[in-house]
Amino acid sequence: MKLKKIGAACALALGAMFGLGAPAQAQISGDVIRIGIITDMSSLYADIDGPAGVEAIRMAIAAVGGSINGKKIEVLYADHQNKPDVAAVKAREWFDTQGVDMLIGGTSSGTSLAMAKVAAEKKKLFISIGAATSALTNDQCNAYTLHWAYDTYALAKGTGNAVVKAGGKSWYFLAADYAFGAQLQADTSAVVKAAGGSIVGSVKHPLSASDFSSFMLQAQASKAQILGLANAGGDTINAIKAANEFGVTKTMKLAGLLVFINDIHSLGLATTQGMYLTDSWYWNRDADARAWSRKFFEKQKRMPSSIQAADYSATLQYLNAVKAVGSDDSDKVLAHMKTTKINDIFAKGGFIRGDGLMVHDMYLMQVKTPAQSTEPWDYYNLVQTFKGEEAWNSKAESTCALWK
Amino acid sequence: MTEIFGIPVQAFLGQLLLGLVNGSFYAMLSLGLAVIFGLLGIVNFAHGALYMIGAYVAWISLNQFGLNYWVALLLSPLVVGALGVVIERLLLRHLYKLDPLYGLLLTFGLALIFEGLFRDQFGVSGQQYPVPELLRGATNLGFMTLPNYRAWVVVASLTICLGTWFVIEKTSLGATLRAGTENPALVQAFGINVPVMVTLTYAGGAALAAIAGVLAAPVIQVTPLMGSNLIIVVFAVVVIGGMGSILGSILTGVMLGLIEGLTKVLYPEASSIVVFVIMAIVLVIRPAGLFGKEM
Repeated sequence: MKLKKIGAACALALGAMFGLGAPAQAQISGDVIRIGIITDMSSLYADIDGPAGVEAIRMAIAAVGGSINGKKIEVLYADHQNKPDVAAVKAREWFDTQGVDMLIGGTSSGTSLAMAKVAAEKKKLFISIGAATSALTNDQCNAYTLHWAYDTYALAKGTGNAVVKAGGKSWYFLAADYAFGAQLQADTSAVVKAAGGSIVGSVKHPLSASDFSSFMLQAQASKAQILGLANAGGDTINAIKAANEFGVTKTMKLAGLLVFINDIHSLGLATTQGMYLTDSWYWNRDADARAWSRKFFEKQKRMPSSIQAADYSATLQYLNAVKAVGSDDSDKVLAHMKTTKINDIFAKGGFIRGDGLMVHDMYLMQVKTPAQSTEPWDYYNLVQTFKGEEAWNSKAESTCALWK
Repeated sequence: MTEIFGIPVQAFLGQLLLGLVNGSFYAMLSLGLAVIFGLLGIVNFAHGALYMIGAYVAWISLNQFGLNYWVALLLSPLVVGALGVVIERLLLRHLYKLDPLYGLLLTFGLALIFEGLFRDQFGVSGQQYPVPELLRGATNLGFMTLPNYRAWVVVASLTICLGTWFVIEKTSLGATLRAGTENPALVQAFGINVPVMVTLTYAGGAALAAIAGVLAAPVIQVTPLMGSNLIIVVFAVVVIGGMGSILGSILTGVMLGLIEGLTKVLYPEASSIVVFVIMAIVLVIRPAGLFGKEM
């Protein structure tokens, strides 16, 4: 009896840990413009978006004065814990009962794919910011989904090409075992092969893996020149750490396919120097970005990631569109957004394509050595800028049915 | 080259060794849980949080006070043990007469609070803890390069595990402890202060978690999430070994580390669930666990 009860309680507690919890901030709907963001607020991706991403959205709302034509702007946020089912249920609830006008999907591909379906069904605008999967604007594209910061195709093209050009011909992949890792590996493999490289092998690891040593041994045994890390956040950090510890970095070069400035900050320049990475934005890119980032820094005590800057940009562009059309009707706002150039701290001359992708420049960066870094968070040298459409897949390559 | 399960022998040995490293972490954490459950009847869900705090004490003492790894290895269990005393005296003490369910819920709540506090303070990306100078570098074993630090982890944790087992099962202090939990009134009649003994037992369990935390700090990123990533597996280890069985939890910890290591080579996608599959099978065949006594 005693044991049975303990078993039941364990199950309850596990349920709480995995599924429930983290209530959304709920308000009574009124005559307001309501923006919702569902992202990772507490787990391995919470630093690259999370509460600071919500703050970036608030900064965008403040930038338009907190209201449009006397209508207040509100933001709701919730934690999806990187679970597609949690994200979809919350999105549906918000559209049905909270009167959310526009939904932002923060990190994690699986959750964004799930929310995109719900938003399309409700005919509401959904902007995915930090989900990487290129499926959002290809196989699974729809008329109500926009994709803002980057996708696996652009990441693969930037880093993949650069590394092969620098002599890294044979690749071994370490990929997160879900939609994102698989897509990033597939897109990078295609780029590497096209550039004349070869794929020696790959291994999948569970999300939030606690130990990478075994995978490092497998990578080492492959005798490949390059270890491609098709993962993100805490997983990338621990993989890089294990690679250093097991001497993988002596025989192989690491290629982080989705690395954020927070990861570099956490690992330190000594561990990461010389690494190539592709990102959509860097706080120290130009005067505009710097000025905004300093404001962000004052509130958060750290520099913004590209995702957080894109949270700001997407919200700002949405609100500008609402102001221009004088309505928060998704169809009207979308029509306006699709015909308006985007110029803000994130994108210069950006525009939204027929498949829902926001086209903007992407950057190939190399991590500085500790000696080159002149101030805290001064981490990257810009190696190459991929201008506009050059960074993204072409209309001929696209598998989006809407864009033909 | 000779092969086992279609893997070259060298790779096979390497993975077994890594499994042993992870297994010794499991053994050490599940040992603390087993001691606390065996002697107090508390299912200590805060164990992962105590492990995480142990790692953070090491990180903070290095970065704020310049205290090195070896000092942290002593300091951290003391700090976390003291925290254990506070938790036991202030909270758990009131729950002994109630159903074990209450203790479980309380400690689970504590774990969430600790994790939230550290997340708020340090973020989730985590902090780097350097490998102590003495244990830097790696040894080439022929079939693999083993970082010296990992070898130290195996030696240290197995020594501590067996030491704890010896104290509880083979010494008179251990006998008193076991008697005290079996029949507190009688032991009290012999002039032994049972409540203090119980407090120290919980503190000891917490200290074991802290040592595991310090041992883990140089290997993985020190993050507020490091405990909850691991604790579920450790609970599975305890259930498989038999709740409250001390030797059982040590052996099961090592064994499951090895099995998990092999799964990472044979079918990596299953490596995060293999422990739970084994747990399900064991619960069906032997509900009390491999080493547990039927209740």
